[in-house]
Amino acid sequence: MIEIENISKWYGDFQVLKDCSSKVKKGEVVVVCGPSGSGKSTLIKCVNGLEPVQQGRISVEGLEVTSKATNLTQLRSRIGMVFQHFELYPHMSVLENLCLSQEKVLKRSRDEAVERAESLLNRVGLIDHRNKYPGQLSGGQQQRVAIARSLAMDPIAMLFDEPTSALDPEMINEVLDVMVKLAQEGMTMMVVTHEMGFAKKVADRVIFMDEGMVIEDRNTHDFFNNPESDRAKDFLSKILNH
Amino acid sequence: MGDFDFQVILDSLPFLWQGLQLSLWLTFLSIIGGIIFGTLLALARLSGFWPLSLVAATYVNLLRSIPLILVIFWFYFLVPLVLGYPIGGFYSALIAFVMFEAAYYSEIMRAGIQSVRKGQVHAGQSTGLSYWQIQRYIVLPQAFRNMIPILVTQGIILFQDTSLVFVVSLRDFMTASSIVARTEGRLVEMYIFAAIVYFTICFAASLYVRHLKNRMAT
Repeated sequence: MIEIENISKWYGDFQVLKDCSSKVKKGEVVVVCGPSGSGKSTLIKCVNGLEPVQQGRISVEGLEVTSKATNLTQLRSRIGMVFQHFELYPHMSVLENLCLSQEKVLKRSRDEAVERAESLLNRVGLIDHRNKYPGQLSGGQQQRVAIARSLAMDPIAMLFDEPTSALDPEMINEVLDVMVKLAQEGMTMMVVTHEMGFAKKVADRVIFMDEGMVIEDRNTHDFFNNPESDRAKDFLSKILNH
Repeated sequence: MGDFDFQVILDSLPFLWQGLQLSLWLTFLSIIGGIIFGTLLALARLSGFWPLSLVAATYVNLLRSIPLILVIFWFYFLVPLVLGYPIGGFYSALIAFVMFEAAYYSEIMRAGIQSVRKGQVHAGQSTGLSYWQIQRYIVLPQAFRNMIPILVTQGIILFQDTSLVFVVSLRDFMTASSIVARTEGRLVEMYIFAAIVYFTICFAASLYVRHLKNRMAT
């Protein structure tokens, strides 16, 4: 479904991505991990074209993200994305956050959009907060709203960019629970995260990155039980010992 | 001394009120027009498409380097030349104010747009919204809200600047006060009164700005 082939990207002289390749099949959950600054967030943002790449190609469901001829707007509406800092629209209520793109992009009627929004808010346990503003919610609640906002577009795949890194520890689980459920329902997911518990529980594969390169791309069990590279071993020993 | 006659103010109130209405109306329309045009200039400048940014930047820098009174003159003489028929002092002054204030409003809106986090744009993009939809529903409402105090402050300056329209023979509040002052020979009384009126309106508006700032800080 998602094919990443030999992509490279530079910020000025600095190369953030070096010849990265990977594939995500339909229904697969892939966790991307690695030390900070390794390029994992950049990689995931390239998948829906938020960040342009200078070399290589990416396609989603046969549509070329990296081709100029592709209607990126249309493509993006089908790939959900959840951000580290939630990025809810602060001037709109929770319900409006969920309805905006449904009405403007999918051209759903107001009633349809509200119905879909309410059923998703129910699912993430926040229906009682539908008329509140993002600033009135906790971080965990905001992130659940953000997930619901993405799901409202009926995406064919979901990208998560460190969805729990900005949360207080006690709120991480409520967000991970929603993500686990989503994975179990068969959603195709690419998740940048440091939550190794989540990775072990639901990921089919783990991509380990360092210094802009994909160092390992293996099934979850193998990655945790016998990582091949020294860098992955080192990373895991640091992150799992705490 | 001692022969002040403030009765002249009361007698000329209807005439002064007409002038004040013109000042307020011109201010109001210029703020609306200036913000709309200024926002478009700001978007052009931030567009990332260099010819467009260059045009916008040139416009802003040019207009900000010229005295307003000259701009008012220009449009008074230029607009009829371009259109082929005169449009009167009010409309030519209005166009001049909109064009002039847009240069200042564009800088304010540019700062406002830049104050909105890039992640907000990414969020809009990732749900398939177009550039204009993102500006319309996500960026500009936040930019505008963040900048309201400065926009109002600029409006206060604009209100004071409307007193320059005497150069195109418009009868704003200041001009009306001058006419009464000269015809009645009551310069001191009228100019004191005019100052009080300008002060009251501008000071009330700046108190409102302070109130807005406090409310936004909490």
